[in-house]
Amino acid sequence: MPELTFAQAVNQALAEELRRDDTVFVIGEDVAEAGTPFKVLAGLVDEFGPERVLDSPISEPGITGLGVGAAVTGMRPVVDIMFGDFLTLVMDQLANQAAKTHYMSGGKLKVPLTLRTTMGATRRSAAQHSQSLHAWVAHVPGLKVVLPSTPADAKGLLKTAIRDDNPVVFIEDKMDYAVKGEVPDGEYTIPFGVADVKREGEDVTIVATSSMVRVALAAAEQLETEGISAEVIDPRTLVPLDRDALIASAEKTGRAIVVDEGHQSYGASAELAAVIAERAFYSLDAPVRRLGAMDVPVPFSPPLEDETVPTPETVAAAARQLCGRT
Amino acid sequence: MSLTASRTELGADLALEMYRRMTLIRLFEEQANELYRSAKMPGLTHLYIGEEAIAVGVCSALRREDWITSTHRGHGHCLAKGAEVGRMFAELLGKEAGYCRGKGGSMHIADHENGNLGANAIVGGSTGIATGAAFSAKRRGTDQVAVCFFGEGALGQGLLYEVMNIASLWTLPVIYVCENNQYNEYTHYLEATAGEILARPRAFGIEAREVDGQDVRAVYGQTAELVERARGGGGPAFLLCNTYRYHGHHVGDVDRAYYRTKEEEDLWRSERDPLALHGTWLEEQRLATPETLKNTELEARAEIGAGLAFALEAPFPDPSEVTEDVYA
Repeated sequence: MPELTFAQAVNQALAEELRRDDTVFVIGEDVAEAGTPFKVLAGLVDEFGPERVLDSPISEPGITGLGVGAAVTGMRPVVDIMFGDFLTLVMDQLANQAAKTHYMSGGKLKVPLTLRTTMGATRRSAAQHSQSLHAWVAHVPGLKVVLPSTPADAKGLLKTAIRDDNPVVFIEDKMDYAVKGEVPDGEYTIPFGVADVKREGEDVTIVATSSMVRVALAAAEQLETEGISAEVIDPRTLVPLDRDALIASAEKTGRAIVVDEGHQSYGASAELAAVIAERAFYSLDAPVRRLGAMDVPVPFSPPLEDETVPTPETVAAAARQLCGRT
Repeated sequence: MSLTASRTELGADLALEMYRRMTLIRLFEEQANELYRSAKMPGLTHLYIGEEAIAVGVCSALRREDWITSTHRGHGHCLAKGAEVGRMFAELLGKEAGYCRGKGGSMHIADHENGNLGANAIVGGSTGIATGAAFSAKRRGTDQVAVCFFGEGALGQGLLYEVMNIASLWTLPVIYVCENNQYNEYTHYLEATAGEILARPRAFGIEAREVDGQDVRAVYGQTAELVERARGGGGPAFLLCNTYRYHGHHVGDVDRAYYRTKEEEDLWRSERDPLALHGTWLEEQRLATPETLKNTELEARAEIGAGLAFALEAPFPDPSEVTEDVYA
């Protein structure tokens, strides 16, 4: 299998779907010649032209609304929202329009819209370019929410998102774009709602999302040297959520930690922890632990910013504590 | 000049049909008000009475496959685009037989088969959707146009300006129809609207016109020109229709003295009523007699009566349907 960066895998998924289906188009700020500031879309405009890879004005609500209108009339837009922080700008079009159109119309209208955006701190981008707001969208029935953690998952899940008949919010961690991984040759998709065990283990389950999967795997490596066997499981999609896989893993190990880069309070980590606590309670040897981002705006200064997110060290420390190895 | 031209083009059949449609909308809304007053309808609704000439004038210039997006005051748009009375009443009552199987209600009626992409309860919320539908038509190479209905209250929403900018840049076949009924809910629009309304679309290079929204033939004539222009690749347009909302912001808004006078309401009803104005014109042109107009009204009443009876007797959705259609 060839090795691709996360960014290349996203690019490949978009190129394959643009090639496969003429109703797919990409719209966003600086998506064409610039290929986005992250260069993720580099080269797409050369193959597909400015009619299908469209540079838009800096109008996030406008392009999202346009995407909804194009989607209900037979197209498959991929709307690029450069920073996840700008989800705040598009919330009416996403939560009131895209998410509810199918239901409010009694099932008559469909909104096959993919909204790609980013998340993740530690890029020294300060409070308005570093947030991880996936919990905001996961809270709205009618939206699907995807958080890929590897290049292979990013490609397969993005192809599924574009083919899905529902609005899908696809969130990429900016810190992952340069990460490399093996990507299968040829055509493949990955179904939504199927968690992936990234590392098998016996003593403690670490449920991790997006780039926190890498953090959890690094913690598991460290724990291994101390005689603690950690299982790392990645839900891959928050909506739909593979509850059964999380519960089965927690029942097997008897201990569970949830690691997610959203703010810890009222966040995705709370929901994932609650799912395990509610259904695996009688198999647990310890309370479910949560590790999210600190409940502070993301600070600019590096030593401050580094304090705000879970790290292999904090995850490993939580695992030791759960296993009675403090 | 353009009005004269379009009036001569307006055939007798269409002129009479427009009278029939306006009458149907007026009677539908009076019945909706009655359903509220007799506590047969859940929730509230926003009546279109007084503004009928806009929906009918605009939609008469459209084809069935052209798209519209509508507003919280949307029953008129729905009926003018071809919806059935019975299924609309059923939706207002939350019945399974309604256009949205009872899940949308008055503020969310969508009738895809007739090109109605849905009413919208967010002021200005559908401006992006209409613009996206126009983008879709252009991209797929059809000659459909999209009409975006909104009230003058939506002039305060930023989304409208974002999408007008995009529509002009990309020459999209969309017509923004601003229904200025004078009141942003309970506040006169002049208290909320700086400068000239038409200067706003013109700043984006959008063809912008103003029309008497009580004159169905004038609305039709202007829309027909703008639709033809958009179909031919001429790009977006903005049509400002001056009108008046006879009733309150919603059916429960009955004590209105604190924001407008009874004299003002009476003046519009007696001097500027779109049905009366068009009816008089039909008689003057010898296209109708008082008797034909009366028969049109009686037929519309019968249609309303039958539709209402259907909706009242229709069953509610089964509670198990609550989880259906969250996802496609």
